[in-house]
Amino acid sequence: MSVARELKQLTSQQQTRRIFLGRTAQGIGGAALASLLGSSLLAAAGKPDEKNGPKGVIHPLHFQPRVKRVIWLTMAGGPSHLELFDYKPKLAEMDGEPMPGSLTTGQQVAQLQGQKLVCFGPQTKFKRYGKCGAEMTELFPGVGSVADEICLIRSMTSEAINHDPAHTFMNTGTQLVGRPSMGSWATYGLGSEAENLPGFVVLVSIGVGRSPQPIAARQWSAGFLPGRHQGVHLRGVGDPVLYLQNPAGVSREQQGDVIRAVNKLNVQHDAVVDDPEISARIAQYEMAYQMQMSVPALVDTSGEPEKIREMYGCRPGDGSFASNCLLARRLAERGVRFIQLYHRDWDHHSQLREELPVKARETDRACGALISDLKQRGLLEETLVVWAGEFGRTPMAQRDKGSPGRDHHNKGFTIWLAGGGVKRGFSYGATDELGYHAVVHPVSVHDLHATVLQQLGIDHARFTEKFQGLDWRLTGVEGARVLKDILS
Amino acid sequence: MNRIYSLSGLGRPLVAALLLGSAFASSAANSVNFNRDIRPILSDNCFSCHGPDQNRRKAKLRLDVREEAIALKAFIPGKPKDSELVKRILTDDEDDLMPPPESHKKLTPAQKELLQRWVAEGAEYQSHWAYAAPKRPVGKGGIDVLVQERLKEIGLKPSPQADRRTLARRLWFDLLGLPPKPDEVDAFVKDKSPDAYGKLVDRLLASPHYGERMAIGWLDVVRFADTIGYHSDNPRNIHPYRDYVIKAFNENKRFDQFTREQLAGDLLADASQETRVGSAFNRLILSTEEGGAQSKDYEQRYLTDRVRAVGTVWLAQTIGCAQCHDHKFDPTTQRDFYSMGAFFADIKEPIVGKRESGLLVPSDKDTAELARLDAKLAKAQKDYDGPHKELTSAFTKWQDASLVASENNEKWKQVKPTKVTSTNGVKLTVQKDNSILASDKNPTNDTYTVTLTGGLDEVVGLRLEVLPDDSLPMKGPGRATNGNFVLSGVSATVTRGQEKPEPVKFTGARATFEQTVANEKSPARKWTAASTIAGDAKGKPSGWAVLPEAGKAQQLVLALGAPLTIGKGDTLTIELKQNHTEKEHLLGRFRLATTTNAECARVAHPPAPPAEIVTILKVAAEKRSGPQKDKLFDHYKGLVLELAALRTEIADTKKAKKDLDAKIPKCLVTVAAETRRTVRLLPRGNWMDESGPVVQPALPSFLPVSLKKEAKTNAPLSRLDLAEWMIAKENPLTARVFVNRVWRQFFGTGLSKVIDDMGAQGEPPVNPALLDWLACEFIDSGWDVKHVVRTMVMSGTYQQVSTASKELQARDPFNRELARQSRWRLDAELVRDNALSVAGLLVPKIGGPSVKPYQPDGYWENLNFPTRAYDASKGEDQYRRGLYTWWQRSFLHPSMVAFDAPSREECAAERNRSNIPQQALVLLNDPTYLDAARALGARIVKDGGSSSDARINWAWKQTLARAPRPDELATVRQLFEKHLAQYKADDKAAEALLKGGAATLPAESKRAELAAWTSVARVLINLHETITRS
Repeated sequence: MSVARELKQLTSQQQTRRIFLGRTAQGIGGAALASLLGSSLLAAAGKPDEKNGPKGVIHPLHFQPRVKRVIWLTMAGGPSHLELFDYKPKLAEMDGEPMPGSLTTGQQVAQLQGQKLVCFGPQTKFKRYGKCGAEMTELFPGVGSVADEICLIRSMTSEAINHDPAHTFMNTGTQLVGRPSMGSWATYGLGSEAENLPGFVVLVSIGVGRSPQPIAARQWSAGFLPGRHQGVHLRGVGDPVLYLQNPAGVSREQQGDVIRAVNKLNVQHDAVVDDPEISARIAQYEMAYQMQMSVPALVDTSGEPEKIREMYGCRPGDGSFASNCLLARRLAERGVRFIQLYHRDWDHHSQLREELPVKARETDRACGALISDLKQRGLLEETLVVWAGEFGRTPMAQRDKGSPGRDHHNKGFTIWLAGGGVKRGFSYGATDELGYHAVVHPVSVHDLHATVLQQLGIDHARFTEKFQGLDWRLTGVEGARVLKDILS
Repeated sequence: MNRIYSLSGLGRPLVAALLLGSAFASSAANSVNFNRDIRPILSDNCFSCHGPDQNRRKAKLRLDVREEAIALKAFIPGKPKDSELVKRILTDDEDDLMPPPESHKKLTPAQKELLQRWVAEGAEYQSHWAYAAPKRPVGKGGIDVLVQERLKEIGLKPSPQADRRTLARRLWFDLLGLPPKPDEVDAFVKDKSPDAYGKLVDRLLASPHYGERMAIGWLDVVRFADTIGYHSDNPRNIHPYRDYVIKAFNENKRFDQFTREQLAGDLLADASQETRVGSAFNRLILSTEEGGAQSKDYEQRYLTDRVRAVGTVWLAQTIGCAQCHDHKFDPTTQRDFYSMGAFFADIKEPIVGKRESGLLVPSDKDTAELARLDAKLAKAQKDYDGPHKELTSAFTKWQDASLVASENNEKWKQVKPTKVTSTNGVKLTVQKDNSILASDKNPTNDTYTVTLTGGLDEVVGLRLEVLPDDSLPMKGPGRATNGNFVLSGVSATVTRGQEKPEPVKFTGARATFEQTVANEKSPARKWTAASTIAGDAKGKPSGWAVLPEAGKAQQLVLALGAPLTIGKGDTLTIELKQNHTEKEHLLGRFRLATTTNAECARVAHPPAPPAEIVTILKVAAEKRSGPQKDKLFDHYKGLVLELAALRTEIADTKKAKKDLDAKIPKCLVTVAAETRRTVRLLPRGNWMDESGPVVQPALPSFLPVSLKKEAKTNAPLSRLDLAEWMIAKENPLTARVFVNRVWRQFFGTGLSKVIDDMGAQGEPPVNPALLDWLACEFIDSGWDVKHVVRTMVMSGTYQQVSTASKELQARDPFNRELARQSRWRLDAELVRDNALSVAGLLVPKIGGPSVKPYQPDGYWENLNFPTRAYDASKGEDQYRRGLYTWWQRSFLHPSMVAFDAPSREECAAERNRSNIPQQALVLLNDPTYLDAARALGARIVKDGGSSSDARINWAWKQTLARAPRPDELATVRQLFEKHLAQYKADDKAAEALLKGGAATLPAESKRAELAAWTSVARVLINLHETITRS
């Protein structure tokens, strides 16, 4: 019998014994165990709900889910909606003229504090894509090729105007640090279908060029939710998951021997002290052993057909955004609940004209490929893809750092969605004629979160966790609306 | 106005509370108790719309104040059927139902029943349990008495005392955070004296590791970390605060003083270095350096951060919830929130940007050394200052000579070279003062070529000044490490138009100083000026040099054979050859001048003083002003040989002071600014809205503490007043909050489970009498922390076994009733400390800067401004205790994260105890734990005896303080034998496993055995029992 099977059997027996004895592990709860361990324990721990997959804390789901998972493409730094998605002829016309005070008075200002606010016309050419005729930059032929699959939201807003708090807000629904990120909420609520993989996976890429904004691990923290729901960072260099590799001089078989001995001794100890935590411990060692196998297999894309790699535009192991998009598809296939990609360096305070095309090149083809690839595999229908920065950029120029760019802007910017239950080839909301304020159907981060949860089968208002006396929810206390208009 | 809660209900003894939601829910036999049974229901389901927050209140009804609820006919005491509240919770009509369906709140039948009974019994209210001062219960008191009274009531029996080995391990982990050594366990097991246990407790309480153990929880709750948190998450100087906390616990600093020092250590009448370091508490917030951050925004973030911290650390109140509106469940108003924030408006700090480097925090040793250096410096300076009568005549001579030298100097004309080149790539830069400075490459030999074009008329002498410079070793003038150079030859040629170059003849060479010390391998034992024009003596290293006169200017004067004129279009090329065989003996800074005065060309006068000194010299001695005289004499003192020793002493002492200063730790501390920041109540917490009223520091209005300072003066309340209020005897919260948190350390769960919230949404304590008794004991002992700790661990309740019968597990699965001890996985730091300790690797040094255990490469790759490399600590710092780990808030060490150490971005009153696969991966594969396994393996082989079984036995005792059972022995023996055979057959694998870390690779013949024992050690380090305190 293989070590893996033997381990699995040991875990199963232990779990069965627990259930037979009518007890489950107090510290962890059966549902949580199930979400972590996938099917090997589920067989013993009880039947998963056929429709909804393995159980999270929400059971049954509030709604019939439209998607099983989310792939969130975070364009970190704040991509310019004015160059990419939101063409403003009036801004071009007013290039060089003072920005009307009626728009800017009393608003937050980041690096343009104390500077003259001057209009800055769009710096890229736009064209129409697809049957829907969506207007986007010429730099986005890849995204354009799936224009009929996506839904643009041109009226996105955020509360925060600096990178760190804005990421925290976009990920956790609050600028206070220490709160759970959306991926943690999703796996906490729904559990995971992934066997031997974490339910929430994060991938970070940088491209060529400049000095990108930092990203803190807090962005994928589980906050006050149980630690197992924290995002696991799948790394481009070194061990794909921290501490995944056996020590030098230890073969996989020998590692298995060690784990088997640990688990056996733990079982023997349990027979004496009767501690429910021990079953969970045994299961974790099995899971760790499985991950040591499954994660390297997951990240090794050398078996993908050449034409698929060509489609994304990546080489195996290059750590690029394109590679991460391909990995995102592979993670989706394996049932990972929440997959979040970061591509850094969209922070174009200067050199917008020179540097924006670089970022576009690094991301555009892979974004298009991801949508097409998911679609051709029938996965797009059960996946929600979100493309979003933490904010957009000002219609005003910033000129104090070399060739002109744009400052941070949170009053109106563009994101897009694609996948199950979202209208295709659709656009929603609008900014004013200079691209400053979202004036038609303004969308808040909480609205976006509420919508994503709804697609996963969750009523955001009912999905709460007690923390510091409050029924805390991802969507905050002020209320949020599900964007019904963009749902099909 | 009515107080929000009437205090009248407090007199009666609280009925022993029943555990909510467990096997011991309220039974019909007991009457309804408002605090225990009713307030949690009202708070969770009703207060959001009918509670303290007046802006959200619906139908003007509030249910948190009895009089107002009755006035609005919410219920009629004693008449449930006629009470609106009861009708509303029972109705089928969705429009009338409370709580309304859209709130997603739903009462259980039991809750509905309780509310009806409560109204029937008169709908009495009680003050919120935590807002009335704790009172000693009637009767004897004490942990065991109060726990057993409670157990008797619910029909449970306490468990037996644990065995000595378990108790030893428990005490060591709880009090020191370290495992006991086997001989320490044995000694305790064998100690038959009646007070063996007490003696052990006292011994452990006196250990310096006790302070480390206690510090962990405190550092969590105050959010101590090495970095600023936001965005770039850069380092800040803070580690002396950790040392302060460790020392405070070790010295049993009274908690009232501990509180004063942290909130206001800078304001105390007897403020000292120690109390100021304590005040670093106020600086533990998250701060930012992000470009484009708006200072008003961050000013508010810092204020709210501090209010949340104080709320968590001392009050266990979620005051932070009142940032945008009045609290929904507790009587904290939005004004309370900002008034609390105003206490901290005097703290001097940059809002956006780098933190200052902070207070110098010398150790006692540093202080003594600083004092010694200061005294030495003062003495040397005094001796140097003089009056120095003995120099009078030499001073006069020097003045005369200097006048001559300056007159001579005036006959020299500096030349500005057209071009300067180096044969071997030295960078030569012509400075503003016409001197030439060498930098960059520093080869062994070189020839500098200086070219002059035109402008010389009837020149008879050429002068080379060699000059000191701060950029040179020992200030030069040479580039050798001792400041020396060797000029082995000077030659010059003239090129006129297109003609062939002609050599220039030198007839004499004189220098202001010639080296005679022979330590530079000169065959002549002399380094003369003359040798520079004696022709290139091949193979015989010689030349002009100047040791030991490093750092001083000298001159070489060359007389020309015939007057030389360089007209327009002509060039003079001078080569400075430096062919000495010892490395880097090159000129560092030099300058050329010419003269037409034959007299000048024949004497090397000492260098002329600087122009400002010459100016004074030219004034007749009796006409010089006082300052002129002083300046002149000071300049002279700087030159004379007689004072050289003192000059060196002064310079060396200053440098030693500077070096020491650089090594002395620095710490951000609280410094009160002269002008306080203006604090406003911000509508909806919006920092851009400045329409709210300005608020002054004020204590929360809802807490009935008489101490509230009378407004004697117009001065606002200070942080010191806040501190005094925290520790006022009447403050109902501080003592309860602290003992509840400490209780968790020794029993696994707080008496009130929600450690950071003693408000309405928290949990009324399971055994309120016990919590109150402990709080009183704490206050009455004079806030004696060790007394409280000792009281807890000396109790019989603490000493029970942690195993539970099936019945007990079923009736009290979470051990809230304390009929046994609890068992839990060790905290992150202790998992590390334990492994390193059993491996014999742990370095038990106390305190000091944070250290960097091995961390996977690239883990910090997403940090920026600047990007950072992680340099793992070397030597003993690699094996320090976990609490000294570098705490990078945005990327805390991944082993720490895996075991639930908080990032300390927010105050963390308690940690999760998760059980996740990352923990297995860490213990199996993190180099730290591999290092520990190798070291433990080596110890097994060295000290464990000869047979496999003896060694396994030994290893078990080291790790678990017990002998293995036969089944365990068999499991391990099997693994050992298998791996021994495998490593025997594969030496490469054995070598790979054993290489690296602290261990030295053994001879090939021993490797297989050691590798197999390393496997065994890995198993032991990974056991559930190893990382569990039971």
